[in-house]
Amino acid sequence: MSEYEPVIGLEVHVQLKTQSKIFCGCSTEFGAEPNSNTCPVCLGLPGSLPVLNQRALELAIKVGLALECTVSNRIKFDRKNYFYPDLPKAYQISQYDMPVASKGHLVIEVPPHPSLPPQRGEGKSAIKGNAGISHVSSPLAGEDQGGGEVPKGNQLIPKKIEITRAHLEEDAGKLLHEGVRDGSWVDYNRAGVPLLEIVSEPDLRSPDEAFQYLTGLKSILQYLDVSDCNMEQGSLRCDANISVREKGDSKFGIKVEVKNMNSFRAVQKAVAYEIKRQVEATQAGERIAQETRLWNESKSQTFSMRSKEHAHDYRYFPEPDLVPFTVSSKQIEQIKKSLPELPQARIQRFKKQFELSGYDAYVLVSDKPLGDYFEACMNERISAKLSSNWIQSELLGELNARKLSLRESKVGPKDLAGLIRLIENNTISGKIAKEVLPEMLETGKSAETIVKEKGLVQVTDTKLLEEIADRVIQANPKTADEVRAGKAQAIGFLVGQVMKETKGKANPKLINDILSKKLSN
Amino acid sequence: MELYELTLKQAKELIAQNPAKQSELRESLSKRVQAVDPKIKAYINFTPHPNLPPQRGEGKSTISHISSPLAGEDKGGGILFGIPISIKDNIVTTGWETTCASKILKGFVPPYDATVVRKLKQAGAYIFGKCNMDEFAFGSSCETSCYGPTHNPWNLNYVPGGSSGGSAAAVAGGLAIAALGSDTGGSIRQPASFCGVVGLKPTYGRVSRYGLIAFGSSLDQIGPLTKTVEDSAILLNVLAGHDERDSTSADVPVPDYATFLGKDVKGLKIGLPKEYFVKGLDPEVEKAVKQAVQIFQDLGAAVVEVSLPHMKYAVAVYYIVAVAEASSNLGRFDGVQYGFRAESQNLKEMYFETRNQGFGDEAKRRILLGTFVLSAGYYDAYYLKGLKVRTLIKQDFDEAFKKVDVILGPTAPTPPFKIAEKLNDPLSMYLSDIYTISANLAGVPAMSVPCGFSSKDLPIGMQLTAKPFEEGTLFRAASAYEAATNWHERRPSL
Repeated sequence: MSEYEPVIGLEVHVQLKTQSKIFCGCSTEFGAEPNSNTCPVCLGLPGSLPVLNQRALELAIKVGLALECTVSNRIKFDRKNYFYPDLPKAYQISQYDMPVASKGHLVIEVPPHPSLPPQRGEGKSAIKGNAGISHVSSPLAGEDQGGGEVPKGNQLIPKKIEITRAHLEEDAGKLLHEGVRDGSWVDYNRAGVPLLEIVSEPDLRSPDEAFQYLTGLKSILQYLDVSDCNMEQGSLRCDANISVREKGDSKFGIKVEVKNMNSFRAVQKAVAYEIKRQVEATQAGERIAQETRLWNESKSQTFSMRSKEHAHDYRYFPEPDLVPFTVSSKQIEQIKKSLPELPQARIQRFKKQFELSGYDAYVLVSDKPLGDYFEACMNERISAKLSSNWIQSELLGELNARKLSLRESKVGPKDLAGLIRLIENNTISGKIAKEVLPEMLETGKSAETIVKEKGLVQVTDTKLLEEIADRVIQANPKTADEVRAGKAQAIGFLVGQVMKETKGKANPKLINDILSKKLSN
Repeated sequence: MELYELTLKQAKELIAQNPAKQSELRESLSKRVQAVDPKIKAYINFTPHPNLPPQRGEGKSTISHISSPLAGEDKGGGILFGIPISIKDNIVTTGWETTCASKILKGFVPPYDATVVRKLKQAGAYIFGKCNMDEFAFGSSCETSCYGPTHNPWNLNYVPGGSSGGSAAAVAGGLAIAALGSDTGGSIRQPASFCGVVGLKPTYGRVSRYGLIAFGSSLDQIGPLTKTVEDSAILLNVLAGHDERDSTSADVPVPDYATFLGKDVKGLKIGLPKEYFVKGLDPEVEKAVKQAVQIFQDLGAAVVEVSLPHMKYAVAVYYIVAVAEASSNLGRFDGVQYGFRAESQNLKEMYFETRNQGFGDEAKRRILLGTFVLSAGYYDAYYLKGLKVRTLIKQDFDEAFKKVDVILGPTAPTPPFKIAEKLNDPLSMYLSDIYTISANLAGVPAMSVPCGFSSKDLPIGMQLTAKPFEEGTLFRAASAYEAATNWHERRPSL
């Protein structure tokens, strides 16, 4: 049986973070009273005319530059004509043949072999919507310094995903059907909100790559501070174009568009479902219909919405109400200079400056607040490796268990650094630290205070530990004999007993040394 | 002399001398409308919508159906203080039902004023009424209105021209002091010619389109219809200028147009396009226009022949570009938000029935044409090609204006025609705009000025065209001609 390969392209609509709408002065605030943020222009009242919000254009250019696109000097808009009650003018002002940006790319990090995705601890991330490249779920137990360990062998390889274009357009309103008798309501608050549609080439080859692409794109948008990227509020929306073909085939299969995914995970699942559906259909000798399908989250399936035979002819033509104009290369250069450090550059810097692995740097940088958190920890002059591990596994794990975001955490970078410093100077063990952190998150107290209050300072008194060791050996003669006889693993039990006596406050390595010495005679 | 007969200039002087006269003027005008408009049907309405609170200063009128001036706005200071202005019904007016003479917009009361209306009010003027027009400005005879045709004040059996036929007939018949119209392919100038008044289509971008219900967005301009050239200049002074709400309005300084009046035309170079005086031009019109040329020569202007070689494509290009834009602009009339909505069981039926019952035949014809020329597979052959030819037409004017200051010709190929004569012959109706359309395609300013009468005593107009933003040159030439003739003094007997 032949092997199949999926071909995926994504269309992402990003709401640009402007105070006012793209063609009028109305507020873009989310959640306002229906139809309160409207005026003759965004309601499309007869006689009204659009005027371009320069800020929206500037943000679009920023994104274009960050995605290494060619930014067009000539700004032109077109009308996309179709009828729908949420579209007040019966056309959407968009950009057809001259998008503000085109021909760029986004680098994603993929595992060397597509069948071996990086391990991910689903839901481990504390950051909403960014289940990201995830942090590894199980820290290796009993490690002396704690903080878990990111597994080795998780080498990621950069892959360039080409960006076809990014164009500006206005959003439509919103229809409300539920709870309305004899009809529907329309809320035009969203009509005229600026959107940037970012279209990728069909370069993605797996649901994971689609997920990586979205994470990477969101990361860039976050760094640029051009969008809230909130899928639940609709400030980021994604449609996927999916086809399958026999491996090695250079021709594309028939493309199906899938809509209605409300999270990156949903995109990943919908793409996976659709690939499976198409492969099974193809294997059964069926022809894939060119159509638009809707993802149903609760059923975890896609359903046909309309076939392309009924596709719209949008009758695009240049928008006569907005005269094309020129953006000078100098202006574009100025915007370029104003760009902040972007994720790829920050990853490289983290690797160099803090000697982090590529994987760790990638994880920390992908989510801007996380990267900022890590950098703030670094200002406290503590170990980078230890901080990275503690942030990724312990802090995020604890936050996630409490359904808190990094921003909501009572443990700020300075607080975490305080905890890590106690580990570094052997005041507490990593194991104890893991008990201290939840306490910090609950109470907001510093690590030092908790350690002092609870008397958790590590026992480093060798004399005391030797006394306890002697007691333990006496109480467990059989195990002691096994160790003496050369069964090295058996010592672990004795170490555990000493730890128990000290209520976990002893340094396990120190105990090990003492016991070994006593039993080697 | 009755007050309704006053020109804008005379009305201004009257009120300047005695502000109390403004109510007499209003009364005179409204009595005239009550007496004569049942025959002419120039107005759709002259009553603000009762459900809306009166605007500042309005609603104090002693005559119930007419609004009073914005007394509080500009006490005597505004240059149009106390002057009633009539507005074509495709220009939005707060509190006044604005329908474009279409059933589909019945009941639509805009919550905002067009920029031109705001400017008029700021200058102290008030809205007198809303004028009849061809539905959505689609027509050259004012017959496609859902309210029925407007009649030519010179002979009620004849059309007043269109689409601003109501505005032109109101001014000609003494039912308005002055009026605003809109011109997409001749809709100010051709009715001005048919009714014997002065009609100006300014340069594209000279006057804000904000609040003008769009027909062909790249062609539409608002302009004045007046009894005299001077009145036209007074109104343009108020209307012209950049508007930040209209991205297509030009940020070009506005001169005082009154300074171009009363000047001689010695040395003015007038071009006569050879393509203008050909078969299809009515001999009476040709004679009147040629006589006007002679007068200009007598006044010292130099007359030379010019050529507009691509003019023959103008009507064809226009009926691609204008209808394409119109088909898109009229999409919003779908029954969802405002105006007429047909009874329906579902969304599709609502769209179909609302638009089927709401639009008249000519509107449907143009929506179909426009939808067709923008369709996938036809766009390049029609719309794109149309845009290219449009560029050539513009270049024709650029070339001609290297040689001359003004281009002169007929406004319309014929004197007014009879009501119903061309209604079922769209092609011959479209050709009625053959001389006016190219100015819209090229974006240049053009003006129709009365220049004679036909053997049936119906008005004939000539068209003057100038370079972009040189409306001043039009005023100079037209005012000199007006001073040398008395066509503008003749009024129809009603």
